[in-house]
Amino acid sequence: MQSLTQRLANPTRFMQISGTLMPVLWVLAAALLAWGLYLAATAPPDYQHGHTVKIMFVHVPSAWLAMMAYGFVALSSFGLLVFRHPLADVSAKAAAPLGAAFTLLALLTGSLWGKPGWGTYWVWDARLTSVLVLFFLYLGLIALRSSIEDEALAGRLTAVLAVLGVVMLPIIKYSVTWWSTLHQPSTGFGSTVDPSLRWPLLIMAAAFTTLFLAMHLKAMRTEILRRRAKSMMLAEVERSRPRAKPLAAE
Amino acid sequence: MRPFLALLRRDLKLAMRDGGALGTAMGFYLLVVAILPLGLGPDLNLLSRIAPGILWVALLLSALLSLPRMFEIDDEDGSLEVLATGDAPLELVAAAKSLAHWLSTAVPLSLMAPFLGLLLNLDLAAYPALLATLIGGTPAISFIGAICAALTLRSRRGGLLISLLVLPFSIPTLIFGVLATTAVQTGTAEFGPPFMLLLAISLVSVVIAPLAVAAALRFQMQ
Repeated sequence: MQSLTQRLANPTRFMQISGTLMPVLWVLAAALLAWGLYLAATAPPDYQHGHTVKIMFVHVPSAWLAMMAYGFVALSSFGLLVFRHPLADVSAKAAAPLGAAFTLLALLTGSLWGKPGWGTYWVWDARLTSVLVLFFLYLGLIALRSSIEDEALAGRLTAVLAVLGVVMLPIIKYSVTWWSTLHQPSTGFGSTVDPSLRWPLLIMAAAFTTLFLAMHLKAMRTEILRRRAKSMMLAEVERSRPRAKPLAAE
Repeated sequence: MRPFLALLRRDLKLAMRDGGALGTAMGFYLLVVAILPLGLGPDLNLLSRIAPGILWVALLLSALLSLPRMFEIDDEDGSLEVLATGDAPLELVAAAKSLAHWLSTAVPLSLMAPFLGLLLNLDLAAYPALLATLIGGTPAISFIGAICAALTLRSRRGGLLISLLVLPFSIPTLIFGVLATTAVQTGTAEFGPPFMLLLAISLVSVVIAPLAVAAALRFQMQ
């Protein structure tokens, strides 16, 4: 009996399954995003924030995905180091730039929201600082991978760094609880948010997650195809090279 | 324990006899601290207020200078391969080399900090706290630095990349080190809690780093 991850380990099977899954995910993401944006645009203004509350519909899902993407990177890296799963490295490599993009989006939207909300674009508050560190961590992962020629080695070394970076996740998650600074703690989609604002937020969170999954899968497929093309090219070069003379000693 | 001590003694001896690396780091530390007042203006009140931060950040940057050479020298002359195939576990080798880096670079730089504090008009009452936080916090920098040095051993742009990797991980050390020192200087907050957290970060890095370094080196020795 094979587990799901074992059955997916065959890249050919993965390409088949993901190929049928891709259109579904794209359509779902587009539909959810359209619905969420419509709800967000028509949502009533907040009694404290006014219309700037609409930034929340982009900010909160991006911040959430910034951490979820790191979870993807870390889990995939763990899978590579411990189980040597052949697709784990592909998954980790595909998730890192996406995570960096969402982290940047969370930082930028948060900064734009901070100006009307707190009166400043940036404060050195625990949450903001730790998310900035997460962004640097993503950049470090991408830079380390791109600086090592041997791709298999680059994958494993990046995985070590990614697993070590996991210590950042709880610090970010609980930074607003441990140090009560400017950024408010999460309400956890709870009942303290009015339903008229909670529903658009939930739909947007679902839309962003689906979008992330679609882009992640697409990036993984691209990476698999790139590796195939590379090995085909290497094989081609090998074949077209004039046969070397056998060594005299042999 | 014997291979650990032998390796530690060897690395310390090499650092002592070479001398250049430490001299450069100390000169860099002095220059960074000396150049900041030129940029900020000679306001002694301002300088004494931000002195703990300056001393910490400049020490961090100076310690970064010597990190790329940590495994590179041994890799170039092949002795890293000998160490990796030897009887002593690679984790022990990693611990010895990180400790040697701390003793040969971070400790001298920390001992230099009080003298640089004079340049910044640091309150004399804060000197014991400054020294305690630096000695207590720099193991984290040496051991985390060892991880990043090991990870970038085969990288094409090692030196720059190390800074990119080490600095985010050393932010907690920096925050708690400066918090504890400033607490004593201003007398408004307690010294204990941030200092304990600083020591905790150091201890955790001392435990985790040898494992990570050994894993990274093993991948590259294959």
